[in-house]
Amino acid sequence: MRFTLNGRKTRVDAHPMTRLLDALRHECGLTGTKEGCGEGECGACTVLLDGQPVNSCLVPLAHADGTRVTTIEGLGGRHPLQQAFVQFGGAQCGICTPGMILAALALGPKPSLAAMKTGLAGNICRCTGYGAIYDSITRAGKYARVGR
Amino acid sequence: MRKAVGRNVLRKEGREKVTGAARYIDDLSFPNLLHARTIRSTIPSGEIANISFGFDASSTGGFTIVDYRDIPGKNIVALIDEDQPCLAERTIRHVAEPILILAHESRDALLAAEVRIDATPSTPNYDPAASTTHFKSIAIDKGDLNRGFALADHIIEGEYRVGSQEQMYIEPNGVIAVPDDDGRGVTVYGSMQCPYYVHRALVVLLGFTDERVRVIQTETGGGFGGKEDYPSMIAGHAALAALKARRPVKLIYDRIEDMLATPKRHPGVIRHRTGVTRDGRLTAMDIDVLLDGGAYATLSAVVLSRGVLHASGPYRCDNVRIRGRAAMTNTPPNGAFRGFGAPQTQFAVEVHMERIAEQLKIDPVVLRDTNALRPGDTTATGQTLGDDCSAREVLREAVKRTKFRQRRKQLAGTNRAIGLSLFFHGSGFTGAGEVKLASKASLALTATGVRILVASTEIGQGTRTMLAQIVADSLGIPYDDVEVNAADTGEVPDSGPTVASRTCMIVGRILQRAAGEMRKALGRSSPREYFRKHGALVVTSQYERPAGMIWDDVLYRGDAYGSFGWACDVVELEVDRATWEVRPVKFTTVHEIGKVIHPTLATGQIAGGSAQGLGWALIEDVVMRDGRMANNSFTNYIVPTTLDTPEMDIVLLERPYRHGPFGAKGVGEMPIDGPAPAVINALRHAGFDLRHIPATPESLMTCASR
Repeated sequence: MRFTLNGRKTRVDAHPMTRLLDALRHECGLTGTKEGCGEGECGACTVLLDGQPVNSCLVPLAHADGTRVTTIEGLGGRHPLQQAFVQFGGAQCGICTPGMILAALALGPKPSLAAMKTGLAGNICRCTGYGAIYDSITRAGKYARVGR
Repeated sequence: MRKAVGRNVLRKEGREKVTGAARYIDDLSFPNLLHARTIRSTIPSGEIANISFGFDASSTGGFTIVDYRDIPGKNIVALIDEDQPCLAERTIRHVAEPILILAHESRDALLAAEVRIDATPSTPNYDPAASTTHFKSIAIDKGDLNRGFALADHIIEGEYRVGSQEQMYIEPNGVIAVPDDDGRGVTVYGSMQCPYYVHRALVVLLGFTDERVRVIQTETGGGFGGKEDYPSMIAGHAALAALKARRPVKLIYDRIEDMLATPKRHPGVIRHRTGVTRDGRLTAMDIDVLLDGGAYATLSAVVLSRGVLHASGPYRCDNVRIRGRAAMTNTPPNGAFRGFGAPQTQFAVEVHMERIAEQLKIDPVVLRDTNALRPGDTTATGQTLGDDCSAREVLREAVKRTKFRQRRKQLAGTNRAIGLSLFFHGSGFTGAGEVKLASKASLALTATGVRILVASTEIGQGTRTMLAQIVADSLGIPYDDVEVNAADTGEVPDSGPTVASRTCMIVGRILQRAAGEMRKALGRSSPREYFRKHGALVVTSQYERPAGMIWDDVLYRGDAYGSFGWACDVVELEVDRATWEVRPVKFTTVHEIGKVIHPTLATGQIAGGSAQGLGWALIEDVVMRDGRMANNSFTNYIVPTTLDTPEMDIVLLERPYRHGPFGAKGVGEMPIDGPAPAVINALRHAGFDLRHIPATPESLMTCASR
């Protein structure tokens, strides 16, 4: 299977029904994508497939063929969302954080509260009660504007 | 130089967490690694008759098979009572009791392996009230109950029930055990709250010396109590397999297994009989607490202890009788979950108080204000409260902020309702617990500053950050010059478990004292200068009981906790009268937690704990069928999502505690005590006489049709 992983052309030789999650973690060595439930409920394994958030535990590797896959490693480390999640309490234990940040990225710039609530409804955080996550995303938007 | 305490400094491990670089247990691997799987009982009680294998169990099959006969030390999970085996020998007491460990290179081969366990079942008991085995009974007596009832104008009774609750940390349990070459030692890496609990359990199980067992906490994806005791079990299983195979063994639970087998919150039945005067003064409180402990003692005795110590709520009453029992049943053992018995008992007392107000036709705020504990008052155990008793302050602030009375009037007759709860929570181990723990914490000079050496774990709450702030200001050095060692029993002293809202108040205080000693040793030098001139310096301090703090563990009298936090929750909710769903719309809480070390972290604890409390109140339903959790998956056990969690207004009040670092008290657990009674009290105003949680749509519908 060939796809573009975080901007790099990648080839993974594995069974087409391998979970994308396992391919990323075991074949590509990118362990930033986490498994919380294995049944598409918690969202910890969220990655972007052609810019759309998906639960990588439910995506067979075959579906990734020819797509652009973005994982948390693809954001580098200085993305405004990453900085804001550290500064404003969006990350506590951190296990939902990679998936949450990618799902937030898919919301586009300056999402409304309603858009955040709907767009992140598939990403469970058991630590924060979500308020600090909304705060982090909102403030990241302000960072980004300053950055430009 | 800017002070660190009271400021929102950057989280120590924040960058690793947002970049995916943080290494959780399943992210680690070792050469020659085997994977492991636990074979468990499928019946709730009985005797194992025979075990047979549907795969090649000989040496050619590549399987390592571990049973109780492979245990070199004692077959127990050492904790409080020595009743729980690490691997069942013959007797089965609950579904999912571990019997065998299989290890293999291939995960697929492991999953495909069939094991047949023939067992002779016996009759299980699931009713704690019918149980004849009590892991612990506790009695608290204050004043003269009969006299108290004689003084009362009204006697009001009630029975309240709380359900279990799954911690639902997003990272399931897991460990990796790496054997020493000579087979007489082992290192265990894992997701856990209490490395020294795991260490001690391994020493007892394996019969190794303390030095030959090393336990290292990896980044931990949430705990909430759920990784307090069970990691000792999992570590034992992985270590046994690793020692037998002489290879590293990884044992990671999937969600289904984690929910099926690991401990949850104790369900409980709490009964109140209360004497009260016409004008609403409490004259007698007679309280009975029954907790369902499950099949083994594990932590039930101490959960019950915290439960009974909070059972009379934040209220003054001269005549109190509290009786508590934790009973054995044939379900997986119940254990630690944030709050640890206090959410159960404070649910009961707060719903009961609302019923008293209703029956006496007294404003529920006035009833609480009249009876709320004040500085100088004594609790049910006779503990005299200091100036940091803030029950009335948090109540008044919450009522004012939410315009509670006005809002209640406005909402009367609509589908919306508003309710409140007043509660408190003791910080630190109960009674003489901290003296027994005798925790230690160390500071070591480094070339760039100072390193904290503690066994306290970062599990999301911000341990590393908060402790570094305390040390930085105590030493007078920048926050960035303080680093925190991994919670590795090979390197750090035993600073006790990361539980009981104790890490900041107790361990932080020990570190503050260590920093004071180090400051003296440094003289006028900075840590870097001293290190350059004189080399290494390590200072270790130990817990010191505050003067005058006395506890009698036999009579259950005296100072139950060093200090208490105080809080008041107000919840506004909406009832859908077609689907009977309840939606919290607005949540306000006022928390008094002493000096706030890091406002963002403290607020994060309160927001997260409150969300969990709302989940427990409304949607989190552990369905037990034939001794097993029937809905043990993320699909069927639902926890609050973004759409279920209301906007929160969180207010922090600070009343410094004299013996806490910079005046800090604990905060981790208290937030989960309040939401459930506030929700049920709001529903009472909407016309639902509910006395249990979770308040599912089914129970609202039943209540409405009564």
